[in-house]
Amino acid sequence: MESFVHSLVKAVPVLSGVPMWTLTLTAMILSAAVLLVFALTFGGVGSYVLRKVAGDIQARIGPNRVGPNGILQFLADGVKLVLKEDIIPAKADRFLFALAPYFVFVGSFAAFVVLPFGVGLIASDLNIGVYYVMAVTSLVVVGVLLAGWASNNKWALLGGMRAAAQIVSYEIPVGMALMPAVLIAGSLSLQDIVRSQGGLLGVFGWNLFHNPFTFFSFFLYFTAAQAETNQTPFDLPEAESELVSGYNVEYSGIRFGFFFLAEFGDMFVVAALATACFLGGWHIPFLHAEALPAFWGNLLSLGAFLAKAFALVLVMMWIRWTLPRLRVDQLMRMAWKYLVPLTFVNLLGVSLWLLIFKGKGIPQMIASLFG
Amino acid sequence: MEPILFILFGAIAVAGSIMVVTRKHPMASALYLILTLFAVAALFVLRQAHFLAAIQVIVYAGAVVVLFIFVIMLINVPENKLPVERLTALRFLGVAAAGLLILEGAVLARKTTMPGGTAADSGSVQAVGRALFTDYLLAFEITSVLLLAAVIGAIALAKKKI
Repeated sequence: MESFVHSLVKAVPVLSGVPMWTLTLTAMILSAAVLLVFALTFGGVGSYVLRKVAGDIQARIGPNRVGPNGILQFLADGVKLVLKEDIIPAKADRFLFALAPYFVFVGSFAAFVVLPFGVGLIASDLNIGVYYVMAVTSLVVVGVLLAGWASNNKWALLGGMRAAAQIVSYEIPVGMALMPAVLIAGSLSLQDIVRSQGGLLGVFGWNLFHNPFTFFSFFLYFTAAQAETNQTPFDLPEAESELVSGYNVEYSGIRFGFFFLAEFGDMFVVAALATACFLGGWHIPFLHAEALPAFWGNLLSLGAFLAKAFALVLVMMWIRWTLPRLRVDQLMRMAWKYLVPLTFVNLLGVSLWLLIFKGKGIPQMIASLFG
Repeated sequence: MEPILFILFGAIAVAGSIMVVTRKHPMASALYLILTLFAVAALFVLRQAHFLAAIQVIVYAGAVVVLFIFVIMLINVPENKLPVERLTALRFLGVAAAGLLILEGAVLARKTTMPGGTAADSGSVQAVGRALFTDYLLAFEITSVLLLAAVIGAIALAKKKI
């Protein structure tokens, strides 16, 4: 952020009279606003796409009344959410009930800060990027628990507890499955992780194809992440057929909207992390985005990153509408007896690979065979 | 800028921890504990220890306090049935112990010279890792044995038949 402000001052000499901290603050607020607009738009359009994909998979049409092909449905839904009466149950804990949606939304939105959207398009390249995402998303758990508890409703309470147990359990495989990418890059910064996957190998420079363990680790991450974002087949906290709608059952209006947006925000964060750590992030195959002029480099890399992330989001939706829901005990068994041990074995495998082959991946070794 | 932020987050941490021990409802205490932990994480960030700050939030705010809240929710004592704590000798002992601790901290702070400035990499993953696996290796390994004992203990307590 500060280096950006410095270069801005250099480019526009008029600004050198303005105190440094105002410029930095303005830049921060502006980038936060851009990210917020992106997150909100993604939530809106995402909900439309989700319903269209559901329609296709279930052999029906989906939303088709508002605007051409129902494309404006999400605007109508948004207006409806804002205008709806905001109801707080009489026996609810009013303060915590009102507070919970903000916890959830802030926890999911704060992760956007470190997502590497392009060559230079990152709000803040923290040197602990991956851990930062895990830290702020832990706020979501607190918010979900509070929402379930403050509603003073049995279904909400059950949903909240299921969600908390699930997120806390699946946090471990999610973190461990991301570690191979961190080991290869030698850094927790997401921008460094993306840069380590460049080179002339194109698609084969990605961590996904680095070695068999990283290939496996991508699928472990994706499975665990699907559970961490509470999506089918792991959507037990919501389980419409048994819990009505889980922890957010008592919420209406814009408060419900916050939960809704946070859910889509989480989906994008998960897809973006998978993209950055395993699918080469903003790298465009066989094109050196960093060497291009700044404008085109940023624009093309942004396009590449969003294309990859959106493709993963589509896959998540596809899984969501295809697989049936697990039982609670099956869910916990899967986390602790299968995913956690597998991710640890995988981490060990990647570490040994890096030690034995001096950090080289299979594609690099094959490339060096041919000179 | 840094002293102002230090005082701000330090005040939040102190006020939060006072609220933790004085609130009547355990849920309120748990929430103030989260606030305190976040303020301490902010203090770590001010000392350039980003890694420690993230770990603090992940482990304490994200897992430990969540478990506290979990237990509070599971037991779910109604508001009017919360136990009323009487003013006992233990409370005064607690205050005295806290006073002693503060005094001890003050004396220690006067005697030891803190490493000056904030070196850019003193709190980085590399620095923390090196310190853990060289200077503090024994303590680190013993902690892992302690955790293993805790895990086995938890399983032994929870399982009816092993």
